Amino acid sequence: MTALATRESSAPTPQVPTSTSGSRRTAGSRRPRAGHFFVLPYVVLLALFGVIPVVYSIYLAFTKAGGGFAGFSNFTRSARDYRFVPAIEHVAMYVAIWLVALIVLVVLLALVVHRLVSGKAKAVVRFAYYIPGALAGASSVLLLLFVLDPTVSPVAMILRWTGNEHFTDVITPHHLPVIFAIIAFWTGAGGWILVLYGALNTIPAEVMEAAKVDGAGPVRTALNIQLPMIRKWVSYMVILSLAAGTQLFVEPELVSQASFGIVPNDYSVNQLAYQFAFTQNDFNGSAAISIDLLVVALLCAGLFVARGKLFETD
Amino acid sequence: MNLGRVPAPARRGRVRVAAAVIAAAGAAALLAACSSGTSVGGKNNAADPGSKYGFKTAAQSAASQITVWVDSTRLPAAQAYNKAHPNSQVKIVSYDGNANGSNSFKTKFSLFDRAGSGWPDVVFTTDNNSASWGSLDGTGDLAPVNKGLVPQSTLNGFAKGSLDVCTLNGVTYCLRNDLAQNVLWYNKKLMDQWGYQVPTTWEQYEQLADKVAQQHPGYIVGSAGDAWAPEIYMWGAECPANDVTGPKTIKVDTSDPNCVKAAKMLDSLIANKTMSTLSLFGPEFAKQQGSKVLMLPGPDWYGGSVFQGTLKTPKGQIAVAPALHWADQNPPVTGDVGGGAWWISSHSKNLKAAEDFATWVTTNNAYQADLAPGYPAYTAAAKGWLAKQQSSGYWANDIAAPILAAAGQVWSGWGSAAFSQESIWAKVVQAGMAQGKTIESLLPAWQTEIENEAKVLGYTVSK
Repeated sequence: MTALATRESSAPTPQVPTSTSGSRRTAGSRRPRAGHFFVLPYVVLLALFGVIPVVYSIYLAFTKAGGGFAGFSNFTRSARDYRFVPAIEHVAMYVAIWLVALIVLVVLLALVVHRLVSGKAKAVVRFAYYIPGALAGASSVLLLLFVLDPTVSPVAMILRWTGNEHFTDVITPHHLPVIFAIIAFWTGAGGWILVLYGALNTIPAEVMEAAKVDGAGPVRTALNIQLPMIRKWVSYMVILSLAAGTQLFVEPELVSQASFGIVPNDYSVNQLAYQFAFTQNDFNGSAAISIDLLVVALLCAGLFVARGKLFETD
Repeated sequence: MNLGRVPAPARRGRVRVAAAVIAAAGAAALLAACSSGTSVGGKNNAADPGSKYGFKTAAQSAASQITVWVDSTRLPAAQAYNKAHPNSQVKIVSYDGNANGSNSFKTKFSLFDRAGSGWPDVVFTTDNNSASWGSLDGTGDLAPVNKGLVPQSTLNGFAKGSLDVCTLNGVTYCLRNDLAQNVLWYNKKLMDQWGYQVPTTWEQYEQLADKVAQQHPGYIVGSAGDAWAPEIYMWGAECPANDVTGPKTIKVDTSDPNCVKAAKMLDSLIANKTMSTLSLFGPEFAKQQGSKVLMLPGPDWYGGSVFQGTLKTPKGQIAVAPALHWADQNPPVTGDVGGGAWWISSHSKNLKAAEDFATWVTTNNAYQADLAPGYPAYTAAAKGWLAKQQSSGYWANDIAAPILAAAGQVWSGWGSAAFSQESIWAKVVQAGMAQGKTIESLLPAWQTEIENEAKVLGYTVSK
């Protein structure tokens, strides 16, 4: 994590217009104050709902229920639980499907939107992409539950063609990673398409012009010019999505309730942590699982930061 | 968790914060080493023979208003209490009733335990699995009711054995709401029309199902599409899958011939399509099979909830027959599905009011006989309930005798452990059925899952 911190500290500093040394000093002395003011509410909320809970869960993970240092016993106990490995497999499978779908489809769709010539069409498509993301997480999952139930689904024909007569056929265990990936993609991808679209817009017109003059078609331009230039944005998307993906909870929890328990309520790692805390009254084991997740997400993020050269200045 | 999907530039800071937090881990560990830690649960409410209630109570205040938690079906109970007691109103909070293994009762109480305050005074649950968790040996959240809190004469008025599900080591922790014993519901009009005899044993039932499959395809004789299917078919077959032998011991053997014969019967009926695999309360059942129910073995509350409620079967068609039993059973037995319970919090600041409320909703005819959807566990109220049901003119026969008889036939070998048998069945057996596996082939997986779940909660499992 030292590596992370170092990388973070070498993040690009804002490019200050450097006309005279005087103006720079004025800007330098004023900016932090205004900046602090804007950041303050976020820092307070982050401390209350981010940092303090994390510190508290680290404290819980290394202590016993009755108090006293527990070493790694909470970690070994929770990892030996019979539901732990299956939960990891479920989440890994889901994250793999989801991330690949996200990278391929989001980039593709962003390129398509960027190619559209008519301004009106662009606006309509951008709006359409954004709508699902505007729904709050849980409610969009509920909406998807209707789509997945052949009795009431507007796409019942497709579900039946693929051999799913009942809701219970749709939610069989081997369908679940794909179903959760579809739900996550539908609710979250729209926002990312817009972000990458924005990134594509930052590519200077003269570069694109030069590519055109050199005879590059849309595919070649995408592969050789656009993709390399938005690489950082893609790795940014992957890091945040990975962190969100490993925390899978709302989707399986709601599907579990809607299926009256056929999809178990310990499907994902986060759900298992929830079971530890609230069914077994084992808050320490639960905290240990949460820390496992944090460490994995940090390691993966570190990998992407390093590989994606995210904080390297141009 | 949706946070990460909607791009929020501020989240970039997360990496840095997380890194800083990891660095704080060492400090936290140090802190942990020299701290006494937080207390978990409400174990301070230890048994106290000196107290008139048998446990250490909070400071009592007769003026303090009590809060009760009910599910939507029991809301009329609390409302009826408030109507009958204009001077001592209770605050009503509705929640999901702990149904379908949701665990919200435990979840919320665990949080209150950590916070050290916030507990409601009386809680209703649709299941009976909370005693070993909330007892004095567990979290200490539940008040013993038979150590002075509720008069023995009141407790004696409950049907024999009905409080056993929440009694541990002689201490009772609940007042039972209803019994939920299984009987055989059937459509008398169709049975008469087609000239079928109402079966009395599961063997006859299976034969009749074969006949129905050939003569009237599409009609169903039962449902195994809900998580409580084992409480109808396995419990009734004396399958030893849930034999709770002590507060932390359980005997499980799903390979027992009794389990196998019930599984085989279900498999054959599912194969000939006379046994529905759809949930009774899901949208598909009402739409596809709602008008094709010839028979339906299940609890007494199916009458009100399924036939009058979900399916809206017209008046004068539905009748009740004695609970089905296997030919070799002596005496014949049946199972029960749920039968909720009322729990009093040991943390209540007004135990007298809490006791008055819990007693009223379980024993008073104004709720149990006139409004309750299921057969009351309190014997005197049960008589009133049966009379009220009969006078409605909805039923096609006299439902009192078979329901009353079934109340005394519930097999005592199926206990109430701290975990939900229903969520285990749904997770393993129903999920397998959805993939086309037979119930018989899923019996070993069912065994493993019960064992695992029991061990996680500290049970010793034997076969």
